[in-house]
Amino acid sequence: MDRDRAALNRLPRWLVPALAALPVVGLSLFFLWPLGTLLVRVLQPGSVGDALRAPGLGQVLWFTLWQAVASTALTLVVGFAPAYLLARYRFPGRRVLLAAVTVPFMLPTVVVGAAFLALLPSAWHGTARAVVVAHVFFNIAVVVRLVGAMWAVLPTDLTAAARTLGAAPHQVLRCIVLPLLRPALWAAATVVFLFTFTSFGAAKLLGGPANPTLEVEIARRATQLGDVDGAAVLSLLQLVVLGAVVWWSARWQRRATVQFAGSGSSRTARSPGERRFVAGVAALTAATMLTPLAVMVSRSLRLGGNWSLAAWRTLGAAEVRPGISLGVDPLASLSLSLRYALVAATLSVVAGGLATLAIATARRHGRLLDVGLMLPLGTSAVTIGLGMLITFDTAPVDWRAEWWLIPLGHALVATPFVVRALLPQLRSIPAQQRDAAATLGASPLRAWFAIDVRRLALPLLGSAGLAAAISLGEFGATTFLTRAGRETMPIAIARLLGRTGEIPRAQGFAMATLLLLATAIVIGGAERAGEGGVLDARRS
Amino acid sequence: MNRRTRTLGQVQKVLLAGLAGVVLLAACSDDAGPATPAAVTLVAYDSFPTKGTPLNDALATFTADTGIAVRIVSAGDAGTMVTKAVLTAGNPEGDVMWGVDNTLLSAATDGNVFEGEPVPVDFGDVCVNYDIAWFAERGIAPPATLDDLLLPEYAGLLVVQNPSTSSPGLAFLLATVANSGDDGWQQYWAGLRANGVEVADSWDSAYYERFSGAGGSAGDKPLVVSYGSSPPAEVVFADPPRTDAPTGVAEATCFRQTEYAGVLRGTEHPAEAAQLLQFLLGEQFQQELPLNLFVYPVSPDTPLPDVFTQFAVVPSDPFAIEPATIAANRQQWQDQWTEIVLR
Repeated sequence: MDRDRAALNRLPRWLVPALAALPVVGLSLFFLWPLGTLLVRVLQPGSVGDALRAPGLGQVLWFTLWQAVASTALTLVVGFAPAYLLARYRFPGRRVLLAAVTVPFMLPTVVVGAAFLALLPSAWHGTARAVVVAHVFFNIAVVVRLVGAMWAVLPTDLTAAARTLGAAPHQVLRCIVLPLLRPALWAAATVVFLFTFTSFGAAKLLGGPANPTLEVEIARRATQLGDVDGAAVLSLLQLVVLGAVVWWSARWQRRATVQFAGSGSSRTARSPGERRFVAGVAALTAATMLTPLAVMVSRSLRLGGNWSLAAWRTLGAAEVRPGISLGVDPLASLSLSLRYALVAATLSVVAGGLATLAIATARRHGRLLDVGLMLPLGTSAVTIGLGMLITFDTAPVDWRAEWWLIPLGHALVATPFVVRALLPQLRSIPAQQRDAAATLGASPLRAWFAIDVRRLALPLLGSAGLAAAISLGEFGATTFLTRAGRETMPIAIARLLGRTGEIPRAQGFAMATLLLLATAIVIGGAERAGEGGVLDARRS
Repeated sequence: MNRRTRTLGQVQKVLLAGLAGVVLLAACSDDAGPATPAAVTLVAYDSFPTKGTPLNDALATFTADTGIAVRIVSAGDAGTMVTKAVLTAGNPEGDVMWGVDNTLLSAATDGNVFEGEPVPVDFGDVCVNYDIAWFAERGIAPPATLDDLLLPEYAGLLVVQNPSTSSPGLAFLLATVANSGDDGWQQYWAGLRANGVEVADSWDSAYYERFSGAGGSAGDKPLVVSYGSSPPAEVVFADPPRTDAPTGVAEATCFRQTEYAGVLRGTEHPAEAAQLLQFLLGEQFQQELPLNLFVYPVSPDTPLPDVFTQFAVVPSDPFAIEPATIAANRQQWQDQWTEIVLR
């Protein structure tokens, strides 16, 4: 540790501020400022007390908390085996399975939730357990991604050595693998907790009216009652709770970090037992993840109780019936969504990459930036949207009608994922590597660049795909921005699903299928690029 | 030294890449240039189509005739739109707002959103819809009135929306308030609860997941709160095409929703905005409303499409409550309703 500090000491003082500048400015300008503006504008002297004394709030808070804790714990347990499988084994269909696991997390809840609802026994409709089960389904991706990314780089020689020395598999898991994975497990738990605590779509759709979360209550106050100050108070309450959780967790992630050298590798299953394990986990995971998606696709093909291509045929047609058109252009929406995804991915990879380097390099204040970047995930969508609306409304920042505010909002949500995916890997680089570089004559800055920055190159590609996919399906804060012109895919889908009549409904599911394919391709492509990167890294 | 400068070069490259991203973003923003003087912005709820429908074609003729371009922006659902309008009152996001209904009107006018009085532009009704085939198969008559819904033969058949989160849900609650009075509606809902009413969170999940009458629905409840214009929508959007509606409307259960439009206070183009508002009230635009928004034109003289005259229901005496009364009591009614029906 001391040698590490000494090595870091020698890095130029300007490095961390220079790295942190862009993320800090972006976060302040597009998150803290709008949020602060909203709070200052709407909070009245009595409103904190009024909002907190509202009838039923205690019940809402209790439900929000316990379902988030239960969902997080269950997601970690259920996601563990697929994370291991996907990180450590090569098998046919691996990339497809990875995409299948990730896609539900990316798609708007309104879409997958409707299919999920159809699969649940009707006694489960409107129950808390339906919410928890749906949360597990949606968030397995987080565990597979964050824990899997770490697992993939765990050196195999460590576990092999332990086995040679006679350790049973469960001992290897408990004494070697789990301690090394702990920072990634913390990271995944934090993200899942954030997502389930602020659950909106899943809670509304599956929990029904009897089980509102705090986020649902905030949106209800702001949009249905026009009680923006009450909504702002609750939003602040939510932010304080989640800020504390993230702060506490960031500390644990850092403390739990173990530095290791060497590199992980994936392999094909060899023994029959291993093959059975791979096949079993893969089949179970695929069945769980693909069934709701299959229901979703099939709904685009069912009309009048029969199989029909009518929804697909009329999708994007000028007229569904003579004189009647729905005004939805799927290809234009898709291309708009892809364009936004490109901008959002670029922004979040640049900001997230710089932030990760800054957080890992900084000795103090690193956690502040880390937690700060996570906050948009824990802030109610309606609050961010309304904050932007009243902040960016006068020159020179009259931006509320600018198209780029939407991908920028997507980037706010995607950046923390980039950081979460990259940080554990960067932190696990042993100091000896930098020392070795120094011994070989590299300046501290060059050593830092050659080791830390290059270590990021490969995961950065993967996280770009993740960010793009998040942008494709985003249905949060940016839906509260006023939009001109074409609609993004999630918004067009929600509009179709909200209409009476079979054809619009089936068209909504047809467009959801298109979004599903686009998301899967983006994720798969990023994965392929990432694997190419692995090969390059191994060669060098 | 040589090494050090080279390293700096690499670091700078990374930082430059970051900067390049920002510059790229700034450069892209030229897309949306400043609006030309003869352009007005129409703020509408999300279900108002922004392109490619006969409504938009009608607006295009307005532009052709007057030289005033119309840009449509989507502000969210009607409630979100009004919340935003109140927050931006005086410095609005557009020039004309479309679609504030009578349950939200007072919030908008109290928030000083409009320049002058908003005017009614369309109306529709929220009513109990029933699955025609379900009742026919069992030889039971569908319920006719709100009080019928308390009868044992309709036990466990009705699905409604949460009035706290759904606009038709709120309209139905208001219908029951108008029907049973300020002191009687609580009793009425206690009765509905005892008779097995189911509550969904949104219109979609009630209509498509729980109601049995909607085309392609998986539900098993033959009664649902929906719109008086839902039956024609079922006919228009059925595949294969059909000539009769699968659903009917209980006429005596309807609550009237009237939507308003108005010029937004703080508009930079008051004259053009007023011209657009006038056009929105004209027959050319109004006659496109039924098949595009599934609402009725405000003027009874506007011709209606056949499918509407055949299958839609316009009750002669729907329930109604003054916007000011709704605004004053809405939250209290919703909270009481939650206590009675959900707790």
